[in-house]
Amino acid sequence: MQAAGGLDKQFNKAMLWYWGRRGVALALVLLIFYSYWQNPQLTTGMLNAMLRQSTPLVLGALCGMLGERSGIINIGIEGQMLLAAFVGFMVAATTRSLIAGVVAGVLMGAILGLFLAFMAVSLKMDQIIGGTVINILALGLTSFFYQANQTIPGKLPIISLGPLADIPLIGSVLFRNPPITYLALILVFVVHYALFYTRWGLRTRAVGEHPRAADTVGINVYRLRYMNVIIGGAMAGVAGVFLSLESVGSFERAMTNGRGFVALAVMIFGRWTPLGAWGAALLFGFANALQTQLQFGGSLQIPYQFIGMLPYVLTIVVLAGFVGRSRPPAAVGQPYETE
Amino acid sequence: MAEKGSPIVLEARGLTKRFPSVIANDQVDLFLRRGEILALLGENGAGKSTLMNMLYGLYHPDEGEIWIKGEKIALKSPGDAIARGVGMVHQHFQLVPVMTVAENVMLGSETTRRWGMLDARAAARRIRNLSQQYGLQVDPEAVVEDLPVGAQQRVEIIKALYRQADILILDEPTAVLTPQEANELFRIMRDLTARGVSIIFITHKLKEVLAVADRIGVLRRGRVVGTTDPKTATEASLAEMMVGRQVLLRVEKDDAKPGRPILQLNDLRVNDDRGHQAVKGLSLELYAGEILGVAGVEGNGQRELVEALTGLRPLAGGTVLIDGQDTTHFTPRQITELGVAHIPEDREKHGLVMPHPISDNMVLNRYYQPPYARHGVMQQEKIIADGEKLVQKFDVRTPSVRNTASSLSGGNKQKVIVAREFSHPTKLLIAAQPTRGIDVGSIEFIHKQLITQRDDGVAVLLVSAELDEILSLADRVAVLFDGRVVKQLPIEEATRERVGLLMAGSTEA
Amino acid sequence: MANEPASSAPTNPLLVFLSRLWRSINVPLIAILLALTIGGLILILSSANPFAAYFALFKGAFGSLTSFGRTLEKATPLILGGLAVAFAFKAGLFNIGGQGQLVFGAIVSAYLGYSLTGLPFPLHMLIALLGGALVGGLYGAIPGALKTYTGAHEVITTIMLNFIALNITDYLSNGPWKDTGIVARTPAVLSSAAIPRIGQIPFGFFVAVLIAVLTWYLLYRTTIGFEIRTVGFNPHAAKYAGIKVSRTVILTMIISGFMAGMGGAIETLGVVGRYQPGFNAGLGFDGITIALLAQTNPLGVIPAAILVGAMQAGSSQMQFDARVPSQIIDVIQALILFFVSADAIVRWILRSRKTDEDKVTLSTGWGKS
Repeated sequence: MQAAGGLDKQFNKAMLWYWGRRGVALALVLLIFYSYWQNPQLTTGMLNAMLRQSTPLVLGALCGMLGERSGIINIGIEGQMLLAAFVGFMVAATTRSLIAGVVAGVLMGAILGLFLAFMAVSLKMDQIIGGTVINILALGLTSFFYQANQTIPGKLPIISLGPLADIPLIGSVLFRNPPITYLALILVFVVHYALFYTRWGLRTRAVGEHPRAADTVGINVYRLRYMNVIIGGAMAGVAGVFLSLESVGSFERAMTNGRGFVALAVMIFGRWTPLGAWGAALLFGFANALQTQLQFGGSLQIPYQFIGMLPYVLTIVVLAGFVGRSRPPAAVGQPYETE
Repeated sequence: MAEKGSPIVLEARGLTKRFPSVIANDQVDLFLRRGEILALLGENGAGKSTLMNMLYGLYHPDEGEIWIKGEKIALKSPGDAIARGVGMVHQHFQLVPVMTVAENVMLGSETTRRWGMLDARAAARRIRNLSQQYGLQVDPEAVVEDLPVGAQQRVEIIKALYRQADILILDEPTAVLTPQEANELFRIMRDLTARGVSIIFITHKLKEVLAVADRIGVLRRGRVVGTTDPKTATEASLAEMMVGRQVLLRVEKDDAKPGRPILQLNDLRVNDDRGHQAVKGLSLELYAGEILGVAGVEGNGQRELVEALTGLRPLAGGTVLIDGQDTTHFTPRQITELGVAHIPEDREKHGLVMPHPISDNMVLNRYYQPPYARHGVMQQEKIIADGEKLVQKFDVRTPSVRNTASSLSGGNKQKVIVAREFSHPTKLLIAAQPTRGIDVGSIEFIHKQLITQRDDGVAVLLVSAELDEILSLADRVAVLFDGRVVKQLPIEEATRERVGLLMAGSTEA
Repeated sequence: MANEPASSAPTNPLLVFLSRLWRSINVPLIAILLALTIGGLILILSSANPFAAYFALFKGAFGSLTSFGRTLEKATPLILGGLAVAFAFKAGLFNIGGQGQLVFGAIVSAYLGYSLTGLPFPLHMLIALLGGALVGGLYGAIPGALKTYTGAHEVITTIMLNFIALNITDYLSNGPWKDTGIVARTPAVLSSAAIPRIGQIPFGFFVAVLIAVLTWYLLYRTTIGFEIRTVGFNPHAAKYAGIKVSRTVILTMIISGFMAGMGGAIETLGVVGRYQPGFNAGLGFDGITIALLAQTNPLGVIPAAILVGAMQAGSSQMQFDARVPSQIIDVIQALILFFVSADAIVRWILRSRKTDEDKVTLSTGWGKS
């Protein structure tokens, strides 16, 4: 027997959430069309910037999610992105091949994923400290090996998807992008599907919620955690090469600028689901795009430092408002002992 | 029932398992025949679970051999055991709470289509079939955390059958059931053996062993000390084998002399962690000098009730009076200072700070008062001196009070909590599962202490999932079901059967 | 340390002391050696001579009284930064926000140091010092309050607050508190607010050491310290014991931020003499390395900070003598942090077992505890 009052309240809450989200989405679409009607160039630019700014965030969030869904907190996304950006850049600069740079950067991310898994799973180190080691190491290594005056042969090019790219507004926002921006979009859907509809996803979620239960049905908890953290590292690597090879076209010290940490907030805001994280990343991407627009548009009398704070303030607000209301995987952060 | 000549399906030869501080299993020999129920009896810490975890591949033996169906096998992981038809229902259910029954059942043996895509419909179909075949009612689409414990146990059994297990290990399966539910489980067990399944049934409850087993093995301090036939054994003989000396099965005590009301609860309402109401309008009175036993299947609001009384959890409604004072909005510290002692259900989570020395744990809720602190400075000499006295008085086995609490055994950890809570003037004692998971010697000691407190005029609220503990200690019994007291009985009228029915929600009994 | 269990082996007091000392420093020592070894391998890979480099590093840090003074000068904010992290650790909190608390302490002390006029020397200095520390403490209170009231994990909020602090101080030193001229910085602090030197040794060093000793006393001898450690080990049991967990968490973060803020203030008033953007970047991370190297013991923070300070002080000599980029010390620091926290490796080398007391748990998920 269930108390009817409690269920009612829950139902109302669910309805509010459901229709609330739909209402907000509808309002946004209307707003976008109105804005496009008013100023097509600015609107397209803003939306495009939003999508691209969201790319490293959503990739970082996927990295964090693969770890946390299987029980490993990855606070080292920042460092993984940074070192991957650096290695990708250096390899591209020496081999004069952007593709080689991308591959090297992604590999670097995966290797750092392996390192984190080693610390968290095998050494049973505190996972937050493990991630911090990666962050500090990445900062140190990139500064030590940094060489000025290195250049790469251009940036990853924009690929227009044929006639799709000619659709007004939608075409230039969605179908006229450089490759990693497309890749991130594809990964969002692939990971979402895999996480909720495949054997790997079921096992991953079980290991993150209750590793002992997974162990007792013959699932190798350690191997799965290793695998997921390494794949996650590769995604952080993609985010890294996005920064150095697709977005900026060079490497700068500490160029990740906290994106690895913002990505964790994106993951939490998205309730540990890829589609949710994508939505959250778009919101943060919008805040970034707005910041750039305000900074260079020069129409507002606000000191640029206050605009620069926007994404960070947003992160705190999101964390404060949403943690506790949504439930993280139960076993997150705890090393698993077989005996 | 299995005949003497049935083939042996599982055998352990000389199994030994050592942990850093203890030998959990020492040269254990054991066999199981096809279609029989072997009961494995032993008190807490005797090594039953360790043995089963080795047979299931979770632990790896340091010495000895495991033979399954005539084949010697080194089990590297549970996967190896499952592949050979061994299934295990763990004492703490190994279910993922947020997942559905179907997801839990197929986890690890998933039915998939191409690219590892899950075939949820096929799995649900198989679960329904099994559920009908064995009379195990479950809904494959239900989310596990919404199910009562009895249903969760059925999910666990189906999980094993789904993997076509024909050797089933049941680790303390009746701990969470009412007597009637336990009888239903025994029916299912006999049904399974009739279809050729062999069962190892682990318990520390003597009555159950006599009721259901074909053969009984007794484990003590990691060794098999004997096997016997349920037809010739008695409760007393089993208890003696289990503990190694004669055990008084009944606690001796005089009649209670109840005094003034100490605890008065009026329409108490408390929410659980998920925000659902777990205590739904509970009213009770408890008097000085009596023990009121709160009986009930776990998860019917006991934890929330105790946490609300001790100030650890806010109330959603109702009032609490302690010795006439309204404590509804009191903090844990205010309640302690009124003279309320609390033996918490989870001693490692609430009762002790493991890395602190034993002496600091002895003053865990008095550390800020003289003589333990003056002007905000801790008085270590006094804390240690008093700690040493309490360790003596309460027979805590440790080389030094400066050792950490984590260095103690389960029974000694509980004694530290009891020592702390009994070492200051008390009006009301709230004891939640005070003897869970500890050895018989410590249990007897703590039971005696509870009676002594009662005789000194303390009002004792004893919350326990062990019905036998309540029936032997309490002066009155309050039966909890679904967050309410369904009935209060004087001990003379509280028979096992009657309380069992009430625990299952019957109001007729 | 204070709560070491009585070991069963030696009874001679000297032996007992030595064995305890060895047990508390063996892991950090081996970790430093391993880090220097791997750092040396990296140096060989980038075709430098590790022995020459380390020798130059040592010379630059301890070679003369002047260089030793510089080492202590570098070590001063590091002691306070390390204390800030170690102290928060005791309550189970990971304060990565030392950087933000420090820059706030620095800029506020600079502001008080140049804007208040007519105050005599020690008073003005004390006001500027404590004012900076206090603002650091208040800034530290924010993640503490966010954690207790909303469950937002302090690791992310403190890092975000670092970025926010950088933006705000950047704005202040380039706006309302800007010195005349084109450089974005505050005016120089008045001599009445400056922290003096005693010979080659900066006076601030002694203040930092004093704070470390006081922190040790607070943690191990007072009821507040008992509450903090209890909350850190087991917040559930702390609640059961009647401790107000949320108040303890916020108080811990205030004290932690206070120490970081004081580090910034001492650096400003005793060394730099004003605030300018880019001030002591990376100190927050140094604090983590130092706190863990010290095994979160406040007294251990002193030698750990001197070690890191020596590496910083000697790095320019190393760059000059051995032509090694000074950033190698960042790599070595990261390696030290790794080996200290991966104590499973070190203990395996030493064949020793971990005791329960060493345990610090930070990764308890993102939700409210």
